Amino acid sequence: MTEYNFAYLDEQTKRMIRRAILKGLAIPGYQVPFASREMPMPYGWGTGGVQVSAAVLTPKDMFKVIDQGADDTTNAVSIRTFFQRTAGVATTTATSDATVIQTRHRIPEEPLHEGQILVYQVPIPEPLRFLEPRESETRKMHSLEEYGLMHVKLYEDISRHGHIATSYAYPVKVEGRYVMDPSPIPKFDNPKLGDMAAIQLFGAGREQRIYALPPYTQVVSLDFEDHPFEASKADHPCGMCGATDSYLDELIIDDAGGRMFVCSDTDYCEARQTAGHKGKDAA
Amino acid sequence: MTPLLSVQGITKRYGAHIGCADVSFDLYPGEVMGIVGESGSGKSTLLNCMAGHLTPDAGQVVFDTRTNGPRDTITMSEPERRMLGRTDWAFVHQHARDGLRMGVSAGGNVGERLMAVGERNYGDIRDKATDWLGRVEIDASRVDDRPTTFSGGMQQRLQIARNLVTGPRLVFMDEPTGGLDVSVQARLLDLLRGLVRDMGLSAIIVTHDLAVVRLLADRLMVMKSGRVVEAGLTDQVLDDPQHAYSQLLVSSVLQV
Ligand SMILES: Nc1ncnc2c1ncn2[C@@H]1O[C@H](COP(=O)(O)OP(=O)(O)OP(=O)(O)O)[C@@H](O)[C@H]1O
Ligand SMILES: [Mg+2]
Ligand SMILES: [Zn+2]
Repeated sequence: MTEYNFAYLDEQTKRMIRRAILKGLAIPGYQVPFASREMPMPYGWGTGGVQVSAAVLTPKDMFKVIDQGADDTTNAVSIRTFFQRTAGVATTTATSDATVIQTRHRIPEEPLHEGQILVYQVPIPEPLRFLEPRESETRKMHSLEEYGLMHVKLYEDISRHGHIATSYAYPVKVEGRYVMDPSPIPKFDNPKLGDMAAIQLFGAGREQRIYALPPYTQVVSLDFEDHPFEASKADHPCGMCGATDSYLDELIIDDAGGRMFVCSDTDYCEARQTAGHKGKDAA
Repeated sequence: MTPLLSVQGITKRYGAHIGCADVSFDLYPGEVMGIVGESGSGKSTLLNCMAGHLTPDAGQVVFDTRTNGPRDTITMSEPERRMLGRTDWAFVHQHARDGLRMGVSAGGNVGERLMAVGERNYGDIRDKATDWLGRVEIDASRVDDRPTTFSGGMQQRLQIARNLVTGPRLVFMDEPTGGLDVSVQARLLDLLRGLVRDMGLSAIIVTHDLAVVRLLADRLMVMKSGRVVEAGLTDQVLDDPQHAYSQLLVSSVLQV
């Protein structure tokens, strides 16, 4: 059996990643380059997030992993198992009990508290990439705060669809300075990014970038005066727990095309059901 | 009167090779300066040095800024220079695709500079973009089409609209009519002449087409091997060239 260092990565690598994280926290929203390591999983599985988690986990931590809000997808289970094996940390599905939460595509519904760390898996960290493929140019645009191009993207959205159709990875401005890609979370989650009590860390493995939001950071979603940002969601209550304030997934439930809307955050939904809340589709 | 642009001793070498050498001139508000010369004479090198795309080895490019008066744009900070590049200056490339975003609609292309200087009202931006399409004779119904669906002449007119929408005071143009059919060239020239006159633009136009400078330029500089060999009022230089090279240039055109 192979012996791993705590949390798989060697101490020198973890130190290098921690330095990148600290720099990211010191300059909120700024993309810090780091030397991404090979991890024993493919890039699409969130190797950036895994490396950040490995660098911040301590033996006393309580670790939670969510994928699209759910604790039980293959991706979430395998990352959770990975750290159980390599770091021996305790794991949980309860948002409030976790000290480190690694996530793909969602922010938990339950407000996070001080002392918690939320680690995002990021596929493409560069929000300007869509219109400006040259890395040298996007770096200059960030350093000179030339962000007109971000609004060109939103302009194109409105001209094509009549409204801002971007519904995931919706760009934000951090502390009035850096424009940041919040990773492919639904824009419904954008308002939670700002003024959050927990530390937020973003890791992009293939692109070798780490960025961060320290607690209580100002985060503003970009928009136009006459097309203001809206944190939209499906206009239904959750079929299982009846919640009206949570982000919903639409499920097809039978061959006749029957549909049901249910919380994407499984922990939130189950906790509400346990507390006695019932939606119209609950058995 | 303060010159809008005062160029002094601009020199640019490529290794041991001379791109342009010791070029000086003043451009006054509302003036159009033509730069002519054979291929390789240093016209584009000079233009790019003035527009901040190339850093010259020697010389000054002093621009009369709105807020701080005359400033050497070569020694000013890069953010300041880039800000000039999207406000008071405009640059029209020979190849429209170098000056356009081909993956963005015509409206987005024209609106970009407005958004770059902080306009945040979609309706206003779109109205201004549509207005500018009209001014360069592109039908308003094309506002959401990408430039890839435009003809060469339309692309060039779109590039001009995209550059002029923020009301720049100085326009740099490198062979703006090059690569277009003769009839398309004529229409573009008419349009440019109208815009220069209506907006009171100052411009520096590089071309090797003497018909272009005849129509657009008040003054002319003739370049050879990186140096200015003759300068003067356009009609004077074209009708009565003094330098042997200018005489050759003018006569070779007249023979065509
Ligand atoms: N990047 C470069 N590296 C080396 N030499 C260059 C470079 N760019 C231009 N030159 C040289 O500098 C001289 C001036 O070139 P420039 O492009 O300014 O001429 P031009 O007058 O614009 O020519 P054209 O009419 O063909 O566009 C030429 O001898 C050219 O070969
Ligand atoms: Mg040239
Ligand atoms: Zn629910």
